[in-house]
Formats: sequence, C-alpha cells, structure tokens
Amino acid sequence: MRRHLLLVLTVLTMLIGSLSAPAVAQEQVFRINNMVEPESLDPGVVTGVPEHRILSNLFEGLTTTDPKDLSPRPGMAASWTLSKDGLTYTFNLRDATWTDGRPVTAQDFVFAWERVLNPKSGAKYAQHLFYLRNGEAYNTGRLTDFGQVGVRAVDPKTLQVTLKSPTAYFLDLTNFYTLYPLPRWALEAHGKDWVKPGKMVSNGPFMLASWVPQKELVLEKNPRHWDAGSVKLRRVIFLPTDDVNTAYKQFLAGDSDWIPTVPPSQINTAKTKPEYYASPYLGTYYFRLNVTKPPVSDVRVRKALSLAVDREALTKFVTKAGEVPYSGFVPAGLRGYEGPRGLGFDPAAARKLLAEAGYPDGKGFPRMELLYNTSDLHRVITQAVQQMWKEHLGVQVDLVNVEWKVYLARQGSLDYQISRAGWIGDYVDPNTFLEMWRTGGGNNQTGWSSKRFDELMDRAARLVNAEDRMRAMRDAETILLDGAPVLPLFTYVNKGMLSQRVKGWYPNILDQHPLKYIRIER
Amino acid sequence: MPVYVARRVAGFVPVLFIIVSLSFFVMRLAPGGPFDQDRVLPEQVRANIEARYHLNESLWTQYIRYLGDVLRGDLGPSFRYPDRSVNELLGLGFPVSLLLGACAMVVAVCLGGAAGLLAGVRRNSVVDFLAMSFALFGVSVPNFVLGPLLMLLFALGLGWVPVAGWGTWRHVILPAVTLGTFYAAYVARLTRAGMLEVIGQDFIRTARAKGQREATVILRHAVPSAILPVVSYLGPASAAVLTGSVVVETVFGIPGIGRYFVTGALNRDYTMVLGTVISYSVLLLSFNLLVDILYAYLDPRVQVQ
Repeated sequence: MRRHLLLVLTVLTMLIGSLSAPAVAQEQVFRINNMVEPESLDPGVVTGVPEHRILSNLFEGLTTTDPKDLSPRPGMAASWTLSKDGLTYTFNLRDATWTDGRPVTAQDFVFAWERVLNPKSGAKYAQHLFYLRNGEAYNTGRLTDFGQVGVRAVDPKTLQVTLKSPTAYFLDLTNFYTLYPLPRWALEAHGKDWVKPGKMVSNGPFMLASWVPQKELVLEKNPRHWDAGSVKLRRVIFLPTDDVNTAYKQFLAGDSDWIPTVPPSQINTAKTKPEYYASPYLGTYYFRLNVTKPPVSDVRVRKALSLAVDREALTKFVTKAGEVPYSGFVPAGLRGYEGPRGLGFDPAAARKLLAEAGYPDGKGFPRMELLYNTSDLHRVITQAVQQMWKEHLGVQVDLVNVEWKVYLARQGSLDYQISRAGWIGDYVDPNTFLEMWRTGGGNNQTGWSSKRFDELMDRAARLVNAEDRMRAMRDAETILLDGAPVLPLFTYVNKGMLSQRVKGWYPNILDQHPLKYIRIER
Repeated sequence: MPVYVARRVAGFVPVLFIIVSLSFFVMRLAPGGPFDQDRVLPEQVRANIEARYHLNESLWTQYIRYLGDVLRGDLGPSFRYPDRSVNELLGLGFPVSLLLGACAMVVAVCLGGAAGLLAGVRRNSVVDFLAMSFALFGVSVPNFVLGPLLMLLFALGLGWVPVAGWGTWRHVILPAVTLGTFYAAYVARLTRAGMLEVIGQDFIRTARAKGQREATVILRHAVPSAILPVVSYLGPASAAVLTGSVVVETVFGIPGIGRYFVTGALNRDYTMVLGTVISYSVLLLSFNLLVDILYAYLDPRVQVQ
C-alpha cells in the first residue's frame, strides 16, 4: 500500500517538475492577449481577426499598411503601376528573402493565389480573389485553365494582376492574408505541418519561434527581413486566454501588455485607468428586419421602430464604452465618403407612421420577437431597445436568446422577425458595407431587394473616377436606409487596455497595429 | 484476476460503440454546421469545403467512414483547427488535463480526508463544526465562482501565483484547489461518516482494551475500514474531476482537453467533440474498473470474479 502511494507521488512530482519555467526577458518583449487560439497559421485558410494579428507580422504581402491611417505602403512590391482603364496592376518586387534565404519571387504569389482559388483546397476566403479576372470562374470549376486567371509572373521580380473591374480598394486587399505569397517548397515538403515551428518558412518582419495550442504562441524578430533595421521588438508572445474576465485580470496583474477588449461589466472601472483606450471601429451594430415576416414586412412599421430608438441614450447609459450613436449604415469617417444621415430619434413621427400602418398607439400590434445570440452586451442592448419601443410606441417585443450557431442558422433561413447583428468592414471602403445588400446576397439575410440599389452598385463597380463612384454608393445607401431592412444603432469602438510602456501603437479604425512599428519603453 | 480484467475490457467495446453512434447522430441534430459563420460563404466555396471534409455525403456513409477511421485509431481532422488532427490536439491536451485532475484529486483526498478524520474523531467539537462548514461551502460554491474568487485574492491581490496560463508548478495551484474543493468536501463528509460508524464497533473497543495507543487505534484499525466508502467514491470522482475540468480549464486558460470539448461543441466541430467524448468514455470505464479492483484489495470480503 505504502509502496503504491510512493510511486504515485514520484510520478506526480516528475510531472510537475517537467513544467519548466520559461525565462522571460523584459526588454523589447510584447505580450498580447489574443483572446482565442488561432484556428490556423496558414494564410490561405484563415478568416479571423486573431489570426490576422499573428499572420500580418509573420508574412508580408505586396503592400503593407501605414500604422496610423492604414493607407497602403510598399511591402514585397517596391513600386507598382496601374493601367489607364484601372484594370491592370504591374508590381515590381523588391529583393527580399524568405526565412530560409530563398528569394521571394512573383511565382510565389501566383502559387499562393492559385492555391486559394483551387476548388479542391476549399479555402473559405477564396472570394477575396474574385476581384481577379476569371478568379470566380476558376473557383467554381467553370474554368480549369489557371492561365486565364488574371495573375501572371512576367519575370521573377514582376507580377502582373488583371482585375475583373476597376477596384479602387485593391491595394487595401493586397495586405490581407489571403493574398500573401507562399513558399511552395515548404508546403510540398511538409504538407499541412508546414505551419509548425521549425518547419514554417515566412517572409514577414517576424518568424515563428514556438506554438503550443491553447497555451502560447511566440514570434521572434526575423533578421533576414528587408526592413529588419526598423524592427524594434525582439519577441512577441500571443496568449490565447478566451475567458475575457481572466484575460482582463492577466492584464491588471501585468502578465500581458495589451488586451484588445474589456469585459462589459468592468467598463466603468477600466475607464478610470490611464491604460484604457477607445476609438471608433470600422463596424456597425444594427438590427436586421425581416421584410418577409409581418408586421415588419410593412416599411412604415420598420421606420417607426427605427424612429423610436434613442441611440444617444443607448450609447450613453447602456454600452458606455464610447460607441458613436449612428443611424447610417456605413460608418462615418471613410476617406472621400459622406453618407446619408438615416432616421434619427423622433417618437412623434414614429407614432404617426405606426398609426398609418394600422396600429394607433400600438393597438392590435401582434407580438413580435427580437433574436439575439448569447452575450451580456447583446442582452442589455436588446432590453434597452425593447423598453424604448414599449414606451414610445406601445409595442411589446419578446427577446429570444439563442446560442451562436442556432442564431446563424435562424438568421440564414429568415426564421426571425428582428435580429441583432454587427458588421465589421474588411477594408477601408464603403463597398464592404453596401455590397452585402444586393438582391440575394449571402449576407443580406433580410429578404430585402431593390433593383435600383443593385444598378447603383453595378455602376459603382465600373466607375474609375473616385468622386463619381462615391456618389453612386451614397445614392445606394440612401435607398437602403429608405427601404429600412436595417436599423443601425451605433458605430463600434475599439476598446481595450494598453500598457503605457508600449510606444508606436496608434488607434485606427481597423484596430490593426503592425508590430514592426512598436517598441517597449521603460 | 487477469481473466476478469480481460472480460471487463472486452465489455468496453459495445459500450463505446453505442456512445460513439449516439454522439455522432445527436451532434448532427444541433442546428447549424461547422462552416456556418457570420460572414456567409459563397455557395460554391461552401460546397468546396464540405466536399473536402466529406460533409456532402449521406449521413450514413459519413457514419460508416467515421467508424472505420476510429477503428484504425484515427479520430479525423479538426474542422476548426485544420493545421492539426484531433489525435494531435487530444495528445497535447490529455497530459495537461490528467495532471490537473491528479493534483485536484490529491487536494480532494488530503484536504477532505484530514478534515473528515478530525471531524469524526472529535465529534461535535469546534473542529467538527469547522470541518463540516468547509464541506458545506465546498459543495455549494460552484467552481466558476470559486475560481475567479481565488484568482482575485491570490493572484491579483497577493501576487503569489500567476492569474492564468500553464507552464510552471505555480500555475497548477489555483486550478487544482478550485477543481478539488467540491470533491474534498464530499470526501470529508464520507470520511467522517465512515469514522463514526467504525469507531463504535467491537474490534475498535478490543484494540483499545488491549491498551494500544489512540493514534494506532485510529490509524491502523479504524481508518482502513472507514475509508472504504471514500475509495469507492474515488473512481467516479476521478472521472468527474477529469470531465469536470471543462470550466476550470476555461477560467484559468489551461490547454487541456476540456477546452476542446467546449469550443468543439460551440463550433460544431463534429470530429473534435466525438474525439473528446471517446476519450472521456474510455477514462470513465477504466476508472470504474480500477476502483472495483482496488476495492477487492482493501476489503477481503469482496471477491473479484
């Protein structure tokens, strides 16, 4: 008996002993709470923001982003030219190398883009290459000859890209992970293991040092990078803590330097600390109104609901983190775009519209459901709006809380009346907020459709002149807000905590912070 | 004995088969699929992915394919983490969960056993009262409350241990205590009850009549009989500690298989969920077997056959 106990104790001691303490040097080490385990490190596979925080530093695309205003800067491409018709880009690549010393060539881009578009690879973000001529046809299998797709290596240092139509924001897309070059030889040598430490070959300012799932991922400075001279950080540690309250405590305890969110329950105390930051984010928080289900099938009802929401009160007393009350769909502040205002708070006009629709003072209004997915924030927001509708319109709405995947399924099959939603822009252009509302668009999910809207979006896609293009999109947004399949509430904010030792970190609307500009000061 | 063990292990097979089959089909009943996301995929892109993971085949074909893979020891690719297979992820998470579970059991047995013993020997004393208050507290406070509370006190307030994460022995303490407290409380009550029952029996009186020291009476004669209920509780408790570490692993950011169980279920990562269910089932069955064997070892009246 005692012998057995001894054995158990010995094994236990050995197991505990095997957890050796890692030595963490303090200077030029940046520890990020990435909030979730990255799904993958393969640029052709991933779709999320946490993955972007890692991959945008491991790899480098044709362009990179300015840390302040996110405008495109030269990356792997030292320079580029655009043809007069706005369709053909010619990129001149710089002399850059992969971490294994091989040169980065135009062929590495062609290989990567073919891989994403190849139907067999099942890449989720293949649509980001549908901007290429014949990109979509190749992905759907209608075209099998990749030679006809609009990307070509003219010589090892020249990449020619032909687009389907003029795409004003194409240079904003070339810094996106789906369009990164890939080292063909590494993928062929290691299969899906090529993303593991020791096997990964990358071309960005940092390289992969270690990766233990659900524990931590470590990047180290890449001395071979063409711009290594301006990279200050030596190591970057990503923590995948997914419990937001725990992550917040880690920051407070000094175990991390940046947490890109704050638990809703802690907003009031967090705001009093010097590390707290909040700045507008390229995202709209809104409700979808299902135009195929009464009573919201009546546009007057939809508008009345919108007019009865006091967005100022909502952001001031409920969300509290500095969100911007907004009733347009495209967030304000995009380069060259001035969107329509939308419907403000006007309870009298709301009551009048509701009476016209046949429900004076809410009499005879059928019970209605507001769908939201499980989250403290969504719960308090929907409760507040429910109260506003009751107060100003005399309308009773039931809140229905479901789990994330159920929520997605119900929204996708139009099995709801009103549903909470959020949309974060992919790139800095109104198109990323408007494209989705086309007739039958996969992300439309309201049943709303307008021929005029579709025509204006088609027109905008063809226009090269920036001003005309923006005007067409503004007209399209006006039609969208007039049809009111959406009830915008506010523009999201980036909110989080950043250690004051961190410099070279600038707030911006995509919450992207290239690590090569960041440094730690004592 | 070896025959008995072999027969019991053979009995695992039909049980596992039923568990796998049930889980496979029940999982598919849940609304939504692994590739539903807030940014809807173009139809063709979605079809390409589903074809890649054979999700376009009939459910029956998928089921047969999965059973075949499992028999070969391949739990399939993870839908959510395409860089790694389910085998690889479980392989990484299992030792972590096992270590956490073992530490929690040590906490449960040492803390609970000691408290129960004292309470039983000094019945109706202050010690008894304190121990039983602790037991009541341990049973009634859920670990998602206890965890953050301990974290606030010992990590953030006193700075003795890290808030969360995994890597050194200091990371293990809070999660092990959080996870072990509930079971410690249970063990304390069982030990106390066992002691009270045994202490009144004839052989204890005989031992005392022989003039043996009180410590010897308690430790040599009373304890082995008194802890029998505790031992039979240890099997289910160990299994419950391992499967119950889901919350603790999430709260403390520990890279065990509990994390994969939760994220797998939320993301409809079918292969991942099935993989964790199979692992948990094997654990449960093995622990029950182990306890049956141990029981026979401690109590000669029980025969293994």
